[in-house]
Amino acid sequence: MSEIAYTRAVPVTSEPPLVRYLAIGVALVFVALFLFAPLVTVFAEALKQGWLASIDTLRLPDAQAAIRMTLTIAAIAVPINAAFGIAAAWAITKFDFPAKSFVMTLIDLPFSVSPVVAGLMLVLLFGANSTLGGWLIANDMPIVFAFPGIVLATLFVTFPFVAREIIPVMIEQGRAEEEAALTLGASGWRIFFIVTLPNIRWALLYGILLCNARAMGEFGAVAVVSGKIRGQTATMPTMVEMFYNEYLSVAAFTLAAVLAMLALLTLLLKSLLEWRHADVLAATRRH
Amino acid sequence: MNIEIEELAKEFGQTRALYPVSLSMPSGALVALLGPSGSGKTTLLRILGGLEFPTSGRVLFSGEDATGLSVQERRAGFVFQSYALFKHMTVFENIAYGLRARKRRERPTEAEIGRRVNKLLDLIQLPDIGPRYTSQLSGGQRQRVALARALAIEPRILLLDEPFGALDAKVRKELRQGLREIHDRTGLTTVFVTHDQEEAMELADLVVVMSMGRIEQVGKPAEIRAKPASDFVRDFTAA
Repeated sequence: MSEIAYTRAVPVTSEPPLVRYLAIGVALVFVALFLFAPLVTVFAEALKQGWLASIDTLRLPDAQAAIRMTLTIAAIAVPINAAFGIAAAWAITKFDFPAKSFVMTLIDLPFSVSPVVAGLMLVLLFGANSTLGGWLIANDMPIVFAFPGIVLATLFVTFPFVAREIIPVMIEQGRAEEEAALTLGASGWRIFFIVTLPNIRWALLYGILLCNARAMGEFGAVAVVSGKIRGQTATMPTMVEMFYNEYLSVAAFTLAAVLAMLALLTLLLKSLLEWRHADVLAATRRH
Repeated sequence: MNIEIEELAKEFGQTRALYPVSLSMPSGALVALLGPSGSGKTTLLRILGGLEFPTSGRVLFSGEDATGLSVQERRAGFVFQSYALFKHMTVFENIAYGLRARKRRERPTEAEIGRRVNKLLDLIQLPDIGPRYTSQLSGGQRQRVALARALAIEPRILLLDEPFGALDAKVRKELRQGLREIHDRTGLTTVFVTHDQEEAMELADLVVVMSMGRIEQVGKPAEIRAKPASDFVRDFTAA
C-alpha cells in the first residue's frame, strides 16, 4: 500500500460513487435473482406442507435408496478422480513428453461433450447390443442399467475438475522446488508429499469440492446409463425428476433441498478451512 | 574434492547447449562460470549437480566417475537462481529438509537436527529467523537461507546458479563477501554461475569464460585480464 492511498480519501483506482453503487447494485441484484431466489424457492416448496410432511417423504424407501446411491457414488468417484487428477496434472506439468497437448485436450473432453452423449457412449460401449456388453451380461457383470455404469458415467463427467484446478497452480510453481528437494536427497514420494502436495493443497481442495458437487448433482449421463430403476439405480437427481413427474412436488423439492444442503455443506467446509488456516494462507500466497 | 570434466556435451533435441568441453577444478577452489545467457554455463552447472545428464562425456569427482550418479547420490549442494525455498515451511524446516529426507538409519536425532540447523543459521549470520516463513524474508536473507539449506546435507561440492542475480547492487556486494567467507570456512569446492564479469573477477579463484556452448578461456582473474584468449573474452571482461 503506497502512502498516497492513505493521504487521499479516495484511492486513485476508485470510480465516482454513483458508478460504484450502480456496479455493486447490479451485481447484488443479479446474485439475488439468479442464485439466491431459486435456492429459497426450493426450500420454500419443500416445506410448503410443513416440516413433518417433508420429513415423511424422506422416509420413502425410494428416496432413501436414492440418497444412499448418490452418497456411495460420490464416495467412490471423488477419491478416484482426485488421485487420477493429481497424477495427470503431475505428469503434464513436471515432465516433458510427446503428445502432451493431446493429453491436455483429452482431459477437457468431458467438459465439451454433453453429459447425455457421454451416457450414450457408455451404453453403446457396454450395452446389451455390443459384443463387450453382451459378454459382460452373459458373465453376470452388467454395467449399463447397473451400479458400475453409474460410477463410470460419474467418473467420466467429473474427471476434469481436479486436474483443471491444479494444473495452472503447478505450472505457475514450476519445477524449482521439486529440483531443490531432489538435490537435498529426497525420494520421489517424499517430494510429492512434502513439497508438491502442500503447494497445491488449496487448489486440490477446491477441485475436490467442485468434483464432489458435480458427482452428487450429475443428471444427464447418469439418467441415460442408469435406466432410472427406482430403489436400484436411481440417484438423487434422477429421483427428483421422477417424483416431480409424478406430481409429488413436496417429495421432489425435499429431495432437491437435501441435495442443495449437501452442496452448501461442502462450501461451508471450505470456508471453515480457509478461515482456520488464514494465517498460513496469507504467509504463503505472497511471494 | 576436485572436479574433472572430460569432453562433456549436451544436446536438447536439435539444439546444442554444450559442445564437448573439458575442465579441471582443483579441490577447495571457488570457480566462476562466466558468460552471457545461452552460453551453456547453467547447463554445465546442472550437469554437475545431476539435474541434467550429458549426451556424452564424463564427470569425475576426486577421480571417480560420477556421470551416472543420481541427484540424490551426488550430494551436491545446489542454490537455485530464485532460491526455490519451500514456501509452506518455516526457515528451520527448510534447512532441516535434507536431514529429515535421509534414510532412517542415517537420519540424525531431532536434537541433533536442531543443533545443526542452529549452527547453520549462525554461519549465515541470521540466528533468529528459524521460526519465520520464507515470504517474510528479504531477498538477501532468502539467498542465505538457500545457502544454509544446501550446506545442511554436508555436500561434497557446492553449486550456485546466479546466486546474486535477484538482488539489488548494494546487497549483492555484501553477500559476495558472505559467500567468500562461507566458502573459506567450509573449504568446499564451489562453482557458481554468473553473467556479471565484475562479480566473477572479484570473487573467484578460477574463472571459466563461456560463450555459445564452448569454453573460451580458463584462468585466474588476473591472467584473464592480462591475457584474454580471444576477442570475445576481451570484450566480455572489459569493465
